[in-house]
Amino acid sequence: MYEPALEEHFDDFARQRHAARFGMWIFLASELLLFAALFVLYFGYRAHYPQVFSEGVGHNARAIGTLNTCILLLGSIAVALAVNELRRSRTRSAVLLLAATTLAAIAFLILKGSEYAAHLQEGIRPGGQGHFFLEHQEPGWPIFFTLYFAMTGLHAIHVAVGGVLLGGMTWWVARRRVGAAGAYRVEMGALYWHLVDLIWVFLWAMFYLMGGHG
Amino acid sequence: MKSYLDHRTTVGSWLGTTDHKRIGLMFLVATAAMLLLGGAFAILLRLEHLTPGPTIMGAPAYNRVFTLHGVIMVWLFMIPSIPATFGNFLLPVMLGARDVAFPRLNLASFYIYLLGAAITLGGVVASGADTGWTFYVPYSSTTFTPVIPILIGVFILGWSTIITGINFIATTHTLRARNMGWMDIPLFVWAIYATSVIQVLATPVLGMTLLLVTMDHGFGWGFFDPAKGGDVVLFQHVFWFYSHPAVYIMILPAMGVVSEVICTFARKDPYSYVAIAASSVGIAFTGFLTWGHHMFTAGMSTLDAGIFGALSMFVAIFSAIKVFTWTGTLYRGQIQLRSPLAYVFTFLFLFVFGGMTGVAVATTSLDVHWHDTYFVVAHFHFIMVGGTLTTYLAALNYWWPKITGRLYPEKWAMVAAVLTFFGFFSTFFPQFLLGNGGMPRRYYDYAEQFQALHLISTGGSWILSAAFLVTIAYLGWSLVYGEKAGPNPWGSRSYEWFTSSPPPPHNFEETPEFRHRPYDYHERIGT
Repeated sequence: MYEPALEEHFDDFARQRHAARFGMWIFLASELLLFAALFVLYFGYRAHYPQVFSEGVGHNARAIGTLNTCILLLGSIAVALAVNELRRSRTRSAVLLLAATTLAAIAFLILKGSEYAAHLQEGIRPGGQGHFFLEHQEPGWPIFFTLYFAMTGLHAIHVAVGGVLLGGMTWWVARRRVGAAGAYRVEMGALYWHLVDLIWVFLWAMFYLMGGHG
Repeated sequence: MKSYLDHRTTVGSWLGTTDHKRIGLMFLVATAAMLLLGGAFAILLRLEHLTPGPTIMGAPAYNRVFTLHGVIMVWLFMIPSIPATFGNFLLPVMLGARDVAFPRLNLASFYIYLLGAAITLGGVVASGADTGWTFYVPYSSTTFTPVIPILIGVFILGWSTIITGINFIATTHTLRARNMGWMDIPLFVWAIYATSVIQVLATPVLGMTLLLVTMDHGFGWGFFDPAKGGDVVLFQHVFWFYSHPAVYIMILPAMGVVSEVICTFARKDPYSYVAIAASSVGIAFTGFLTWGHHMFTAGMSTLDAGIFGALSMFVAIFSAIKVFTWTGTLYRGQIQLRSPLAYVFTFLFLFVFGGMTGVAVATTSLDVHWHDTYFVVAHFHFIMVGGTLTTYLAALNYWWPKITGRLYPEKWAMVAAVLTFFGFFSTFFPQFLLGNGGMPRRYYDYAEQFQALHLISTGGSWILSAAFLVTIAYLGWSLVYGEKAGPNPWGSRSYEWFTSSPPPPHNFEETPEFRHRPYDYHERIGT
């Protein structure tokens, strides 16, 4: 079984593991700030156009959004368990759990794609383009949907990256390229997935729950 | 014994290196080239202002040249200058580490920088944008000049900055030599550490903002387009949320250099190590809360303006703590006036000058008068150029023997330092007077009454160029003819001087154990 080697600039394995984990956390903080700029825009504009934003939420499929939230959260549980299993050298169950998370990513993207398709059908495109905006001319409508596409789109890119990452790790673990000592590397992927998850929980509230007609 | 320079010498061994010293050196070459390019644009700008009306170029060309000067100097030179070059080279050595925590990422950050620089410069070649380095909407999202490559280029450069920052933070936390506590690390590392925090937390906000402007310009998404319900002032908020802390990305590493140079050439421990280290972190923190002072005239409530103004002045308090501590360090020191220290004296003078005018422009009532005039141009050049450029040169002179293993002719270095001071002062001091007299910034033309001051300013820019030429000449000369430096030519106690010059591939022949703190000059020197 292959395990990650001690790199020559580290004195011991504990430090190498600590550095990798620590670096990942800082990277995630940076990612959070990447989204923060968009969150500022969202709440800034929501304060400008409370009515439009509230109605706009009604044009998104709350059921699909909620289903997607469940999918991501289940993925998070699976990947967390996978790391745990791998640490105890239970490779088979780790592989299954990692595969489950990868599937969660794919399912999420399919559902999200169906939502985008429905919006395009309705004549909603970013930048206030499409026939929907001929009937909805109050200022704020273009901004709401442009932000919707930008924020969920950026998030979807992150889901896709997470899917590729975890898919690769599934392969890795299945081929016995990484075992208990290298579990911290799979943990990197898990941490990334948790972030993607966390951001979605907020997007879910902002684009599916805060407003609408129910 | 082979050094990091000659243990392997193929081109591939450089391009694929993961040695932080080689990467630092490659960054040094790249940023120095950008400095010269941005400087060439500055010379053209000053030349244009020699006379009112057209002198050497038309108005559209002028708009592009000042944009390119700003874009190149801010994004391609100043932000990466000290952290990516000297930080990369020295941070692991100063911590007694063999490399940074993630050496391959470190190399990647260099290539990301090159990619970002290539795309940005591609935009320059394709006739260049005319938005200014701040890319203010709605102009930047509607201008017909090709602004998109520059926006994308700067976005990519941001990722280089973030990766570098992550690496430095992780290295400082996990790779300190055994027994080295947080209060034992050299002050330069504290400064780079504080800078890295800003790099990691502020840069992504800028990256996203530029991406949004790209979408506005390229696809009419209208995030900041009033016709679609967007708000142009919101752009300024998110832009300055990064770009004000970015000023501290430029000045904090400079402060680190100052601390090292002063302690070495005064042969004294710092008047207060804790004050210098803590004020670095204080500036990094407060820097996130001051962005509003760029927007006093853009429509902001009196209360908000007052709060932002007051918070901005906190930065001045931290900076003053530093200046007093440095001065206290020099007091009764055994001062050796070498060229790096001469640059540091220039820094202190310009920084105090620029800092006090900064407090003045943070005062809302005064800002209304000075906003968008040459006064502000002079203020930030005193801080940013006077701060970053003089310390970049100080660092270059101070660590040159460590990096190259060669000494340079001190006399010529002094000539360059003195020329830099006079050149800089005569370029930018008249601009305070111009701005106060009503000369707006970024204008192509000016009234005849301003010509005398513009003339002095342009003359100053030539003195400054002369200083650069002298520096290039003597440093080039030293590479070939310079004396061998030996490990510790300045007699410093700081850790990087306890390995050979240039250092071996893994920094130290044996795993170092530092038995003294980096500024213990009262103890007998000896490893």
